[in-house]
Amino acid sequence: MAETRVSPIPLLQDELDIVIPTIRNLDFLEMWRPFFQPYHLIIVQDGDPSKIIKVPEGFDYELYNRNDINRILGPKASCISFKDSACRCFGYLVSKKKYIFTIDDDCFVAKNPSGEEINALQQHVKNLLSPSTPFFFNTLYDPYREGTDFVRGYPFSLREGVPTAVSHGLWLNIPDYDAPTQLVKPLEKNTRFVDAVMTIPKGTLFPMCGMNLAFNRELIGPAMYFGLMGDGQPIGRYDDMWAGWCTKVICDHMGWGVKTGLPYIWHSKASNPFVNLKKEYKGIYWQEELIPFFQSAILPKDCTTVQKCYIELSKQVRAKLGKVDEYFIKLADAMVTWIEAWDELNQSGKSSELPNGPAK
Amino acid sequence: MPLANINDSEVDIVIGALQSDLTSFMNEWRTIFSRFHLIIVKDPDLKEELKIPEGFNFDVYSKSHIDRVVGSSSSIVFSGYSCRYFGFLVSRKKYIVSFDDDCIPAKDSKGFLIDPVAQHLANLTTPATPFFFNTLYDPYREGADFVRGYPFSLRNGVTCALSCGLWLNLADLDAPTQALKPQQRNSLYVDAVITVPSRAMMPVSGINIAFDRESVGPALLPALKLAGEGKFRWETMEDIWSGMCLKVVCDHLGLGVKSGLPYVWRQDRGSAIESLKKEWEGVKLMEEIVPFFQSMRLPQTVATTEDCVIEMARTVKQQLGPSSPVFTRAADAMVEWVKLWKAVGSGSSPL
Repeated sequence: MAETRVSPIPLLQDELDIVIPTIRNLDFLEMWRPFFQPYHLIIVQDGDPSKIIKVPEGFDYELYNRNDINRILGPKASCISFKDSACRCFGYLVSKKKYIFTIDDDCFVAKNPSGEEINALQQHVKNLLSPSTPFFFNTLYDPYREGTDFVRGYPFSLREGVPTAVSHGLWLNIPDYDAPTQLVKPLEKNTRFVDAVMTIPKGTLFPMCGMNLAFNRELIGPAMYFGLMGDGQPIGRYDDMWAGWCTKVICDHMGWGVKTGLPYIWHSKASNPFVNLKKEYKGIYWQEELIPFFQSAILPKDCTTVQKCYIELSKQVRAKLGKVDEYFIKLADAMVTWIEAWDELNQSGKSSELPNGPAK
Repeated sequence: MPLANINDSEVDIVIGALQSDLTSFMNEWRTIFSRFHLIIVKDPDLKEELKIPEGFNFDVYSKSHIDRVVGSSSSIVFSGYSCRYFGFLVSRKKYIVSFDDDCIPAKDSKGFLIDPVAQHLANLTTPATPFFFNTLYDPYREGADFVRGYPFSLRNGVTCALSCGLWLNLADLDAPTQALKPQQRNSLYVDAVITVPSRAMMPVSGINIAFDRESVGPALLPALKLAGEGKFRWETMEDIWSGMCLKVVCDHLGLGVKSGLPYVWRQDRGSAIESLKKEWEGVKLMEEIVPFFQSMRLPQTVATTEDCVIEMARTVKQQLGPSSPVFTRAADAMVEWVKLWKAVGSGSSPL
């Protein structure tokens, strides 16, 4: 758990891209330099493409602004949000690496209770490289961690675990609350360091926050579409939620794991709760329909790839959520466009197909 | 320290005594236990008299009580760790907290003594959230809340029926695991309480638990007795079985199960390697037990805890019975337990 301040041994530096959406600046990278410098960055610049975003010296990066997105995707660019950090998923699309780590530009290096700086990226890599255990809950949390194990009663046949598709990290300082909660508790800070990583059980949904997130792009990449948010859309701040629900349903279907917990980053910026409320407003009551939809979503056995799962989900979104609001019909269209764009840009890339159909 | 706004008189602390000299155990717990009424059940196999120090409010039950209440021709065997269930049966309180007699209070990561009774009661008196996972864990804890994306309609939560605590020092690992890592001790203090999601199965350890007796009392049951069951946790599965039944009941009735804090300090006792030589059966049985419970769905018409247990017993006998007599006996014990509970456990006056 304790990480050194000096540049650590790079782990998977040729297999992982760091995707950062930004509309302001990338000053935060200075603090991350010892941990991020060995890696390739994909910067997705939101907002005005004529603005120059300066990337600190010494980083290896590619930067895409709206003009680039339009040029690369052509008419398919319609599926990439504008004026919302949802645009980050363009970075997943163009990456050629096996793993993605994405982080917001107001997230900094946190310290553990001993005062040592946390190398969030390294913890994510550990999470992704060790198995998940979605079929039976281990009361001592991550059994593969040094100093812990599976508890009495944990069946041996389940101790190999399954591949980990997603590693969801948390935040100290400003917690990821919705607008109503922010309004009620404007001063609340998350100071509790929970020293655990755990697998979210199969069949259980969760709110996936995109601030501090890593995933196996080769496994689950096509499901990480962050939806239609921001400018011209009736909703915002539900991009990562949407991706998380789709991703979890698909991971459950494919037999892959989703972990949550460590690592922590330090979230510095409290966004304006009134602005947030306007963005989230529709989401707050739409999610009452969305949750039962995802909880009961069933993917047929012949959905043996993530793309097939995702297209199937888009059909169900159109059929069942289209009735809630016509936004969901647009979203279903965008989900299809996303997969088309994914397949076009990732033709030679590997995609994970299940040989004998999905896991139970 | 979490404050549970319930009366101490609503709580019984039940201790199954597998060792006769409880002096040091009780003294370690004195500051925490002395407020409460204790039910101490002596393992009927224990020959020596119990030694309990002064200054506690307690009742002791031993073999003679058990025989008188239960009768001799019972498929339920209250020996070893299962003796505590007799305490659950005769209690008349709403909440029960139970610890193994080789556990003492632990210290948290800041060095403060943990009051596990207070934490368990806080867990039981705040809602559980089994239908959607909160990434900041227990949203009812001080300094935490539901995160963005958590549906508002699910924020009232449900009643928490079971609180499963953890262990520092000697963790509840099975014999093969501990035997492979004989020096391994648990020093990781994870400052979280988590609701175990609905339909997610888990191994419930009986070492450090608390429950709402009023809601789910009959579902904590002494049923699965291994042929080689012994006086070490490595040699038993009774709590794991009971916990699986309880989780199915909770999921069916819409009640919650929490896991995490509080920690207790579990003293070193016994040898994993010695237990391993004796007992393998439990590990093998889990391979059948887990898929069985994972797929168990109770009919909608089953609406009480007692009826849930009867229905489960029926299914156990039907589906697991053919593979091992241990399951048939467990099913019989479950049915008998419900009868016993109705006769003895649900009265309003104590024994």
